[in-house]
Amino acid sequence: MGNDVIETHNLTKRFKHVTAVDGLNLSIRRGEIFGLLGPDGAGKTTTIRMLCAIMDPSEGSARVAGFDTVREPEEIKKRIGYMPQQFSLYGDLTVLENLTFFADVFQVERQEREERIARLLDFARLTEFQKRRAAHLSGGMQKKLALACTLIHRPEIIFLDEPTTGVDPVSRREFWDILTELHVQGVTLFVSTPYMDEAERCSRVALMFEGSVIVCDVPERIKGLVEGELLELRPERLREASRVIGELPGVLEVQTYGDLLHVFVDDAARRAPAIQEALAGAGIAVQGLRQTRPRMEDAFISLIRKRLGERE
Amino acid sequence: MTFDGLRQAPSVKRQASNVTWGSSTVNDYAVEVFNLIKKFGDFTAVNGVTFNIRRGEIFGFLGPNGAGKTTTIRMLLGLLRPTGGQATVLGYDIVHQAEEIRKHIGYMSQRFSLYQDLTVSENLDFYGRTYGVRGGRLQERKRFVIEMAGLQGRERELTRNLSGGWKQRLALGAAILHEPEMLFLDEPTAGVDPISRRAFWDLLYRLAEDGTTIFVTTHYMDEAEHCQDLAFIHNGRIIAQGSPEEIKLHKMQGQVLEIDCTQPDVAITVLRQMGLFDEVALYGALIHVVAEGIAEHKPSIAQALAEVGVQVRAMDIIAPSLEDVFIANVRNNAD
Repeated sequence: MGNDVIETHNLTKRFKHVTAVDGLNLSIRRGEIFGLLGPDGAGKTTTIRMLCAIMDPSEGSARVAGFDTVREPEEIKKRIGYMPQQFSLYGDLTVLENLTFFADVFQVERQEREERIARLLDFARLTEFQKRRAAHLSGGMQKKLALACTLIHRPEIIFLDEPTTGVDPVSRREFWDILTELHVQGVTLFVSTPYMDEAERCSRVALMFEGSVIVCDVPERIKGLVEGELLELRPERLREASRVIGELPGVLEVQTYGDLLHVFVDDAARRAPAIQEALAGAGIAVQGLRQTRPRMEDAFISLIRKRLGERE
Repeated sequence: MTFDGLRQAPSVKRQASNVTWGSSTVNDYAVEVFNLIKKFGDFTAVNGVTFNIRRGEIFGFLGPNGAGKTTTIRMLLGLLRPTGGQATVLGYDIVHQAEEIRKHIGYMSQRFSLYQDLTVSENLDFYGRTYGVRGGRLQERKRFVIEMAGLQGRERELTRNLSGGWKQRLALGAAILHEPEMLFLDEPTAGVDPISRRAFWDLLYRLAEDGTTIFVTTHYMDEAEHCQDLAFIHNGRIIAQGSPEEIKLHKMQGQVLEIDCTQPDVAITVLRQMGLFDEVALYGALIHVVAEGIAEHKPSIAQALAEVGVQVRAMDIIAPSLEDVFIANVRNNAD
């Protein structure tokens, strides 16, 4: 198995009307923060459920921590932690009682338990809230408690299914600080997220769309896949500006976002003056035309559009 | 997945609004809020908030959970009586003229309050009648909304069977059936995928271009970048206000240093142990360190990293993102 702690071969899941996961081949190295990115319905949750040995694949196979997900699910469950989107905390139990409950479920030894719980409380910054009922915690704190419960049996791999969806930015960043600490300790993290900016925090990411992985690489290289160079500008009369620019030579793609235009061109230095000139000719004022680095979201949208275009 | 319906949407026909404004004759502001306060028992949810929103502007109201965003919206809609302060929406007083406000605004709540067991068309009928839109006008508005939201061909589908992005655009459609002058959107894009999110913002810009004032709360800092004006609320108080550019220029507390080095895992532990920085965060293979006067720390950072055998390839001060600014402000305002 070497350094790969998760390996899938042609992993596929079909439901009655839809192929949710379609021939996935992934290998994830020990200690990575691996991000699975994609819109709703891309197949992220189904993939995670198969890797956690909760659901059997229709075809293909997966090994997690060296064990086969279909034949050796119990071995896998001992070694992994799984934080689903809707983690079931007991609202009427306190923070401490919830942790104790999960320690029972995972049969954490008595003598080890107390110290382990104290460390997790500290780690999740929940020590001062240990007597509070879970139902009375904020959304961000509930997520941290769920993570602490997921870690009670010292898993070597943890699967987190959209752990930060609906969490405010401050709690989200704190949550990622905690994940970073786990990463530093050598835990392998498999995180699914719809937030493109979170991809930047992963060692490697796979972009998933309609059941398949479109691309899998380090964030920098994925951003590098966007064809051409990126110019950003804020024109007045956005739709008209977009039309004018779209007709210019050397323009590969125009994306609007709010009041911004992102223009992908073959050569930014050469095309920027032409764009300025064309807009001036059409009587459209422009603010701040500048070259910028494509963000993960630009890459994502561009790659999906290309995929949709190929199909047509 | 096509958004052609969105692109071809006809422009919104606006009626000239002839609102009388108390003592002032002309007013460019759709919303004026002065020292607004809301207490629930001992708890002060909104603590003396003041801001204005210009007509036709997209105003972003940002803050962590529990900061007072929803409470503020509910007061502005006249659903909740303030404990203190004043506010007008479209010139109407939020305490004494709440009925008028509700006639002239559209509201989309966090949970897209749609009836899951009604079809798309039935939901629109329901909201149309609620707002007093009937007969020929209702048919005309429904056509417009369905086209705008790209829901053609789905009129008879049950709402529960729509994906998140469609539901969200249907909810927006329901909120604008009666051609409101102003829209209040409470976290409209939570849990919606990036492509739908982008299509949704294109719609908001279209509405704003046609004169609708938009008040939107969001968690997504990249969306905040596209608002013309912003206010950050934290613990019931506004801690920063202005355009995204102004806020990034003037409100950042400290600077962001981006470090590209070998063994980032080792580096991050060392940097955190130095205890000198407001934030040390890992971004893929890069590290962001935030502190006031970060440039002065560069030599000591280089030395500390060299001591543990980490080689620094590059170390540059980078422009903060709006999220960096927001988090720095919240951390520095934490009691």
